[in-house]
Amino acid sequence: MPPQIRFILIQNRAGKTRLAKWYMQFDDDEKQKLIEEVHAVVTVRDAKHTNFVEFRNFKIIYRRYAGLYFCICVDVTDNNLAYLEGIHNFVEVLNEYFHNVCELDLVFNFYKVYTVVDEMFLAGEIRETSQTKVLKQLLMLQSLE
Amino acid sequence: MPAVSKGDGMRGLAVFISDIRNCKSKEAEIKRINKELANIRSKFKGDKALDGYSKKKYVCKLLFIFLLGHDIDFGHMEAVNLLSSNKYTEKQIGYLFISVLVNSNSELIRLINNAIKNDLSSRNPTFMCLALHCIANVGSREMAEAFASEIPRILVAGDTMDSVKQSAALCLLRLYKTSPDLVLMGEWTSRVVHLLNDQHMGVVTAAISLITCLSQKNPDEFKTCVSLAVSRLSRIVSSASTDLQDYTYYFVPAPWLSCKLLRLLQCYPPPEDGAVKGRLVECLETILNKAQEPPKSKKVQHSNAKNAILFEAISLIIHYDSEPNLLVRACNQLGQFLQHRETNLRYLALESMCTLASSEFSHEAVKTHIETVINALKTERDVSVRQRAADLLYAMCDRSNAKQIVAEMLSYLETADYSIREEMVLKVAILAEKYAIDYSWYVDTILNLIRIAGDYVSEEVWYRVIQIVINRDDVQGYAAKTVFEALQAPACHENMVKVGGYILGEFGNLIAGDPRSSPLVQFNLLHSKFHLCSVPTRALLLSAYIKFINLFPETKATIQEVLRCDSQIRNSDVELQQRAVEYLKLSSIASTDVLATVLEEMPPFPERESSILAKLKKKKGPGAVSVTELEDSKREGGELNGGGDRGPDTAAMAASNTSTPSPSADLLGIRSAAPVGAAPSSAGSLLVDVFSEAGPTAPSAAVNDDGFLRDLEQPTETSDSLLVEGSGDLDSAPPSEDPAPPLSEADELLNKFVCKNNGVLFENQLLQIGIKSEYRQNLGRMYLFYGNKTSVQFASFTTTVSCPGELQSQLNVQTKPVEPLVEGGAQIQQVLNIECLSDFSEAPLLNIKFRYGGALQNLTLKLPVTINKFFQPTEMSSHDFFQRWKQLSQPQQEAQKIFKANHSMDTEVLKAKLLGLGTALLDNVDPNPENYVCAGVIQTKSQQVGCLLRLEPNAQAQMYRLTLRCSKDSVSRRLCELLAQQF
Repeated sequence: MPPQIRFILIQNRAGKTRLAKWYMQFDDDEKQKLIEEVHAVVTVRDAKHTNFVEFRNFKIIYRRYAGLYFCICVDVTDNNLAYLEGIHNFVEVLNEYFHNVCELDLVFNFYKVYTVVDEMFLAGEIRETSQTKVLKQLLMLQSLE
Repeated sequence: MPAVSKGDGMRGLAVFISDIRNCKSKEAEIKRINKELANIRSKFKGDKALDGYSKKKYVCKLLFIFLLGHDIDFGHMEAVNLLSSNKYTEKQIGYLFISVLVNSNSELIRLINNAIKNDLSSRNPTFMCLALHCIANVGSREMAEAFASEIPRILVAGDTMDSVKQSAALCLLRLYKTSPDLVLMGEWTSRVVHLLNDQHMGVVTAAISLITCLSQKNPDEFKTCVSLAVSRLSRIVSSASTDLQDYTYYFVPAPWLSCKLLRLLQCYPPPEDGAVKGRLVECLETILNKAQEPPKSKKVQHSNAKNAILFEAISLIIHYDSEPNLLVRACNQLGQFLQHRETNLRYLALESMCTLASSEFSHEAVKTHIETVINALKTERDVSVRQRAADLLYAMCDRSNAKQIVAEMLSYLETADYSIREEMVLKVAILAEKYAIDYSWYVDTILNLIRIAGDYVSEEVWYRVIQIVINRDDVQGYAAKTVFEALQAPACHENMVKVGGYILGEFGNLIAGDPRSSPLVQFNLLHSKFHLCSVPTRALLLSAYIKFINLFPETKATIQEVLRCDSQIRNSDVELQQRAVEYLKLSSIASTDVLATVLEEMPPFPERESSILAKLKKKKGPGAVSVTELEDSKREGGELNGGGDRGPDTAAMAASNTSTPSPSADLLGIRSAAPVGAAPSSAGSLLVDVFSEAGPTAPSAAVNDDGFLRDLEQPTETSDSLLVEGSGDLDSAPPSEDPAPPLSEADELLNKFVCKNNGVLFENQLLQIGIKSEYRQNLGRMYLFYGNKTSVQFASFTTTVSCPGELQSQLNVQTKPVEPLVEGGAQIQQVLNIECLSDFSEAPLLNIKFRYGGALQNLTLKLPVTINKFFQPTEMSSHDFFQRWKQLSQPQQEAQKIFKANHSMDTEVLKAKLLGLGTALLDNVDPNPENYVCAGVIQTKSQQVGCLLRLEPNAQAQMYRLTLRCSKDSVSRRLCELLAQQF
């Protein structure tokens, strides 16, 4: 299988999942296991560590924002920094869209977060990188009934 | 910009979420959820029709409940209803529900696909995107079948909106990955490639992922993308930091697109066109230059984005491996990063340099950083960075720096993290062996390894040191002296005792002249460790003792006494007891000559790839993840290990030791092969100590350590045969074992050839069997090609074709014996003449036996000779067909099967299969044009059998109904059976 994003996870420090987006087939048990394992590997790392962790056959590129961990699981050959900034780009969009995004926004508007993700990442690939374009589109959708 | 308020639009949802958040316990949460579920259920079931808003709200609540981790077993229909709403927010929730809770309920799939179809043709870009995202998220086979032909059209249509194009490109990518057979790019190829020129950078960003994937699979068809990608890249790289406006990220122009372009180029060799290549080299130089410029921003985002491109460019430079100048510049740049304050950059530099180290152009440049890398190994805080440093040291190691690197790795081992110790041990062992100039250094290194990290020294490592010592007589004396000294330590690792026992048992005589290591001193030293050791080690020591009796007759009495004592001869462990009894007996009754012969020094081991290397490769090969990934990783693992190198030995092992639950045995499908007489049976064979470890006493070890067994296999056999008073030279004696039962997959292999005559019938790591066959009337000729995939000769190669049971009277197969030797890499051919006497149902068996490296291979396949091979096609009109159809109306003449489609239901594929069957495919016969009818006559020597066939596909249900009517009922049944596997 050619390299691509395997999944995107947003978790808080306590391990609660705030977003799980899967780009390949996993059954429900497997998903739960992955969620737990990712939480276990990522939360033990400190700021001096890299933002990359080997994970099974893959690697997790992650970044922590306040109490939330944004994690992208990609293939070992994928470009670490491109995905690391992909996360940041996504977070900046969320921040703009929810106006100073906080964890609760993601909880109460979970169905909108999926829309944001689909605008920026689709089929395990980066779909759109321009914040201006994404926000314009999101506001247009927001105005629709 | 206006912000989105909490849960706006759906107050009930926000209230519910708040309630859940306020629950103090799991029980309270479940209670609240159950209440809500009951409420939603009653709303959905109620008489009053729900308006769209309520439906949306309840479906959204269900989704929330599901995402909390609770099962949802209703609401799917309501979600599907939302899809046909013409309000965006309702549609969106409907699609989200479908995407998250994919359900293979076929009734719903049809409805969902209908809704998607409507949205795709709505010309409303928002709806089209929703539909495309749903397909991209679900990506099921059903969706691929329904939309794979429609999406390329949307993608390249002139009037499609940019955002829709982006979604269409990635949607198509998803379908291509799940169902490549359904996505036919043919006519679209060039227009898709030209999306690289699209004005909208977002379209290029999305489309390039599709193009990269397609290029990997069909590089030739997409190779025009290279020049387009180069010019696009060139435009981006040379643009000023603000030129690209929306696509500039922290002063870096289009970083993600640049990375994707550089990655696409890595699917191809360097451009042949000089101008294109020149432009590309210019781009790469510009990227390297920019890395040296002062940053335009202090923000980490700026440097990350810039370096993302830089690392991708370096990957491309390494991929080309043809521009020494660029390679050295890349190496220098990475060298700077090695000391950067950002841990991420140090990590990535180490990782990237690892690949540079293997290029001849940059190997020397990488080596100049050795001190920095050693320092990283010692001081980095993050274990993954240290791991990369260790990897890089391993990669940059050559004869000139081996001693330094091995010494550093050894000293690091003393404090290394547990997680990487075993791998470090393997690496040290490999480097020590690979770059050993004097073998005393090698022996010292390995013994140090055992001393420092004994627990992490796997069996491969200590087997290997024994192999090397046995094979090199210049080091044997030194080895004996060194182990003797190492054993003096009051507490030494059990692995040290094993090596010590083995080596002193073989070469203790070389140091026996020194009174400080006289035979008795040696024996006492070994025996002082005996009681602290595990059973396998004790067994090994007992064998060392009997060898001592041969080497030093003066120790005989002492050792016999030890063997005779109750703790040995009545040991509760059968293995130990048996050894004690047998060795005692052997030492008392055998003459000195016999003893000397039986206990002779071990013969040299055949030179093969180091078992440690195989183990390291295996370790490095990805471990297992999910079931689907497991398949992937098996494949990857195979490639990494160079398949052929490791495979044959593993195969030989699997064949010769059926009791070993080797994971590879199933893969190779030769588990059923008969065990070789001389398989390590441990009991009674005193020279096989080393082997018994991996045998019955420690089956788990054997599972992980395939590699080692094969290395030691051959000597086992020779020594064993010595013990049983010589059963003759095994290699020249023809194998006498009975043919193995047919492989479990024999039927599957047979089925592959029902509709075709040529191809590869069977393949494992050792052997490939190809087939070419032709048939006329009731006669056939089959050419079998046996290819030896290894570099080692196959001996006693014999093949036997047999017709079991009643097949003997139905089929006549004749052939000549083949040459008994098949050289490594060679292929031999065998011709079979086949005559069909009467109709038949079974398949003839082909048994193949040969010796590979001493192990007998024995496998049996079914030859793909099936009754349909003797078909003569018959053309007939619709009228004739149905008349005959009616004539064959006795119940036993008809055989019918209804079955699920296992393969593509594509018309062309079906037609090709039916023609391959040998019958005539009749057009315009069946009133239903979806159906296929065929007619033919089977020619046998004794009679002709007329056959009519009707195949009725039901694409919706993915089912077929197959009906056969033949003038002979056994033929109907057999054909029906065979054909049901084909579609």
